[in-house]
Amino acid sequence: MKTILSRPVYGTLSPQAGKSHLLIADAEGASAILDLAKKAPEDFFANAHIMFIPGRTGDSFQASLKALKPAQYYEGPSVAAAMPRLTWTLANAHMGLRMYLAGTEGLIGQMMQAAIEAGVDPASIQTEHRGSWARRIQCVHCKGITENVTTQPATCSHCGLLLLVRDHYSKRLAAFQGVCINAEDPTEVPQKEEIFR
Amino acid sequence: MSAGTNKLNVTVTEVVAVNELVKRFHFERTDGGNLPTFSGGAHVVVEMRDGDTTRLNPYSLMSSPLATRDYTISVRRDDVGRGGSLFMHNRVKRGMEMVISYPVNLFSLDLRAKKHLMVAGGIGITPFLAQTAQLASSGGNFELHYTCRSESLGSYTEVLRERYGNRVNLYYDEHNERIPLDRLLATQPLGTHIYVCGPAGMIKWVRDTAAAHGWPDDSVHYEHFAAPQPGTPFDVRLAVSGLEIHVGEQQSLLEAIEAAGVDPPYLCRGGVCGQCETNVISYDGTFKHNDHWLSDEEHCSGKKIMPCVSRFEGRSLVLER
Repeated sequence: MKTILSRPVYGTLSPQAGKSHLLIADAEGASAILDLAKKAPEDFFANAHIMFIPGRTGDSFQASLKALKPAQYYEGPSVAAAMPRLTWTLANAHMGLRMYLAGTEGLIGQMMQAAIEAGVDPASIQTEHRGSWARRIQCVHCKGITENVTTQPATCSHCGLLLLVRDHYSKRLAAFQGVCINAEDPTEVPQKEEIFR
Repeated sequence: MSAGTNKLNVTVTEVVAVNELVKRFHFERTDGGNLPTFSGGAHVVVEMRDGDTTRLNPYSLMSSPLATRDYTISVRRDDVGRGGSLFMHNRVKRGMEMVISYPVNLFSLDLRAKKHLMVAGGIGITPFLAQTAQLASSGGNFELHYTCRSESLGSYTEVLRERYGNRVNLYYDEHNERIPLDRLLATQPLGTHIYVCGPAGMIKWVRDTAAAHGWPDDSVHYEHFAAPQPGTPFDVRLAVSGLEIHVGEQQSLLEAIEAAGVDPPYLCRGGVCGQCETNVISYDGTFKHNDHWLSDEEHCSGKKIMPCVSRFEGRSLVLER
C-alpha cells in the first residue's frame, strides 16, 4: 500500500480502562473486535455496546459477536442507517466512554466524525483497518459523496462527471477527493481500472 | 535567564489580608498603562530581593484576564518554607517597587472543551479565579469544586459563590466534607475537561481516578508548583562552564548555578515547565527528584535533572551546564 500523507494512521484495537465501551465495525472489522475480546478483562462486555454493519460478510460474524454478550447489540444495513442510533447513544453518554472503530476507512472516518462532533476526545477513540480499501469519494465539483469506489477513474454517482480519485483524504469529510479527469476534452474517456480493493 | 520573557517593573498598589494565612497583592505598572494580556491559568515569577539573596517564586494570576490595569496574586504564608512567602507577607508593602516576569501560561483552558470541571484545593484556587472570570465573560460552561480546611481559611469562597452561585461547590475538611470525585467523573457529558490545582496528593488522586474512569490524558489538566525543598548541601561540577559549585541547604540547584554566573533557561521555577531540564554526565549518589516534568523512567534513568526543584545526595555529580 502506497503511503498517503493525509490518510489517518490506523492501529490495533486493545481494551482500555473505561466506564463504558462502544465498539463499531463493518464487515471484516468484526474480526478486530473478536481479537480485542481475547485480550479483554472478564467484565469488559458487560458495559459494552456493539454496533455492526455486516456488508459483504453476510452472516459470518453475527454469532461470534453476540457470543461476547455485550450489554447492547445492534446490527444494521449501512452507516447511514446506524447513524441515528449512534447520535442518540453519544448524546446520552458520559466521560469515561471508550470507542473502538474497525473495518473500512469509510466506516472509521464517518463514525469518528460523528463522535468528535458529539465531543468525544480523539484520544479516547481507537481505530483498526480491516477488509476492503474501497474509497469514499467527494466530488469536488458537485460535493456529492460516492461510496465504495474501487476504480480509477470513477464516475460521480451524483453529477456523473468522470473523476480522478486523488490520494488526498479529508478527515473533515471522511472522504477522498475526486477531481474531473477530462474537463478539457470530455470525449477523452480513460479506461477504468479496479485498483482499490 | 527566563526563556522568552521580559521583565516588568511594577509597583505594589494594595496589600490585603484575606485571612489568617493568605495575603493578596496588587501590582500596577510603575510607568503607568496596562499590563500585558494574559489568559486564565497564567502565572508570573516574582523577584524578591532580600539582601544578598534573590528569590524567584511563581504565583498564579488571580485577577480577571479582562482587566489588565493591575495583576493580583494571593500568597499563602508558609512558615517552614525557604522564606519566599514570608518575605511577601512581612516585607512587601504598598508603594514598593518590584520586578515580575511577563505572564506565562502552563495551565490554560482547553477552549475546545464543551464543559470545564474545576477541582481546587486550598490556595490552588487562584488560577481558577482568573479562569472562571474568563469563561463567565464568554458564556463558558464550568463547574467548580473547591475544598478548604475550614470556613475561616477558605479564601474567596464568598466572592465565588456571589459571582457564580451554585456552579461553585464548597467542601470543608472541618465538617468532614469530601469532593465526591467518583460520582463527578462518572456523570460528566462528553467533551468535558477536568482541571486540578492544589496539593500534590490531591492532584495525584484526581489524575489516577480520572485515568481509571477512562478519561483520556488530553482532557486532564493540572498544575502544582513545587517549592524547592531545603536539603543536605552538595557539590556539583558544571562540565561545560568548567566550574565547581556548592549548593547550600536553603538554596536550589538552579539558584546555585545562577549564583556561579551561569545563566540556564527557566520559566516556572516550580518543576512544571521543563525549561531548565539539564543532562547529567555522571553521578555517584541518589537524586531527590521533586518535579512534575520528567517521566518516572527519566527519574530512574539518572540522565536528567530539573535543577529548579530537585536535589542530589552523594559523592559526585557532573552536569552538562
